[in-house]
Amino acid sequence: MLQRLRENKSMQGTLLALPTTLWLFVLLIIPLFLTLVVSFGQRSPDGDVIYSFGLHNYIRLFGYSTDCANGQASCFDPLYVNILSRSLSLAFNTTVIVIMMAYPLAYFIARSNPNRRNMFLFMVLIPLWTNFVIRVYAWMMLLRKEGAINIILGWLASGFNVIFAPLAGWFPEMAGVFHINFVPLELLYTPGAVLVGMVYEFLPFMILPIYTSLEKIDNSLYEAAADLGANAFRTFLRVTLPLSMPGVVAGTILVFIPVMGTFIVSDILGGRQVILVGNLIQRQFLDARDPTFGSAASLILMVMTLIVTYFYTRKFGFGEEIIAA
Amino acid sequence: MNPHRRSPWVIAAATFVYFFLYAPIVVLILYSFNASRANVKFEGFISSFSDRVEMDGSYVVASPCGPFHWYCDLSKNDDVMEAAGNTLTIAVTATLAATTIGTMAALALQRYDFKIKPFSQLSLYIPIVIPEIVMGIGILTLFSQAFGWLNEALNLVGDARLALGIGTVTVSHIAFMVPFVTLVVQARLQGFDKSYEEAAMDLGANEWTTFWRVTFPMILPGVLSGALLAFTLSLDDFVITFFTNGPGSTTLPIYVYGLLRRIITPQVNALSTVWILTVFIAVMLLQWLQSREQKPAHS
Repeated sequence: MLQRLRENKSMQGTLLALPTTLWLFVLLIIPLFLTLVVSFGQRSPDGDVIYSFGLHNYIRLFGYSTDCANGQASCFDPLYVNILSRSLSLAFNTTVIVIMMAYPLAYFIARSNPNRRNMFLFMVLIPLWTNFVIRVYAWMMLLRKEGAINIILGWLASGFNVIFAPLAGWFPEMAGVFHINFVPLELLYTPGAVLVGMVYEFLPFMILPIYTSLEKIDNSLYEAAADLGANAFRTFLRVTLPLSMPGVVAGTILVFIPVMGTFIVSDILGGRQVILVGNLIQRQFLDARDPTFGSAASLILMVMTLIVTYFYTRKFGFGEEIIAA
Repeated sequence: MNPHRRSPWVIAAATFVYFFLYAPIVVLILYSFNASRANVKFEGFISSFSDRVEMDGSYVVASPCGPFHWYCDLSKNDDVMEAAGNTLTIAVTATLAATTIGTMAALALQRYDFKIKPFSQLSLYIPIVIPEIVMGIGILTLFSQAFGWLNEALNLVGDARLALGIGTVTVSHIAFMVPFVTLVVQARLQGFDKSYEEAAMDLGANEWTTFWRVTFPMILPGVLSGALLAFTLSLDDFVITFFTNGPGSTTLPIYVYGLLRRIITPQVNALSTVWILTVFIAVMLLQWLQSREQKPAHS
């Protein structure tokens, strides 16, 4: 039998790949199908699943509600649609801001002295390898009313008051202009806090792919552009930017998809005010104990993510060469 | 044109981004020395050493460990030690398993054509394009339904009941780590020169010997990179662990999350700082391994 195995290359391949494929089949494929099946079911009184077929969970997700204010039989409750659209717009905003911040840094590292590059990259890696939860906590400390940001703003206000105190004395009627009554800002538990948290979490994931694609640009291309008379700006626009697009694309995929699903950032930095799809799913499974509704929400999340990714990669490519690097 | 010339705008922007990346971490580490137990404002360093901890309200006046009071506090925290132990156990076990089956899969995908190949490849891509939470609750659903059914069918009670715990977490970690290991090892296999293998076979070695004496040593740096990547992914994981853990299988990220929703003392900062330092060392290790990989492989 061993002899037959030796000769049958296809069999060898199957055997080698079998453990992994089986593992993923049981722990990825089957769960996804199970989620689909459960999403059609009904919630039992003790939080378990009654297997049946019905689209009620999906209908509820998209706004159909029987719990209406003025005694109507049915009405439109935009609660869940709002959650979905809020997640989409947050993911989009985060990605845009991350690109705007990551690109200059990646550009800086790619054009820096080759001896120093590893050190600069290392400095980007360290926050990345710090635990996710810890990074969110760090921002919580900064954004609190008594946190570092408010402290610094308080100092600036005091400084302003001190500098302009004489003017306030000379022009008492305009004293209000020269004196800032600083009240600590409520930065935490706002949508802004969640946005900052998301940007902070995923910034390194954009820096690295953009850097990789920028670094691959051959120096001779820059020389050719200079020879043909292009200034720095034109060179950037016509040479650097287009050639760095695979990196931007890969980075977008590495940022957009996770932001859609993250619940911990909005949980800790947004408090009860900011609810995203991830929070919705988490609460359905843990607090509300309605796995059928949670499964439906989870599938909608997955489908939305796949749709956006599909159209995006169709237009801009997949950036595989960057992911592999 | 000097390729190293940089405009002041780029330098300014880069500095700002680095500052943005590090400011929170610096503040975090600073507050781990906070004398104020409430950890709301920074009240200064604990300056005096003493035999016992002396407190004035919520302000720590003196401590046996001095400014490192919260780190000592941390070492006496049994929950943290248990969580750390769990985290390591799960990471080591899952890494060993994922690296083994992932390397095998990479070899299969890179060198063979077989019937289930498209299915294998698709399964390996899916975890990368779906949000982690989708996979997490899918696995949770699987376990809760399967365990519920099995517990009833086999009439299991008490300790024999199947439940979420270290086993379920480990198994789930392997599932999400395997695509990364396979990807890394596959990339390493791409530039692989088969002539060494052919030479060995010409000299009379069979496939098994050739693999262990020729192929494996040559792909070992790639395998180790994949293993280290998998290990750090497991240590760091929050979402999948969140949905698959049970009592007694808390990992460090879950523990920190739990703390954040309850009481926050500088001990959390101390824990975070220790964590950061540990990971720093691990990254140094990765760098060292990569620099070894660049040396030419001698067979």
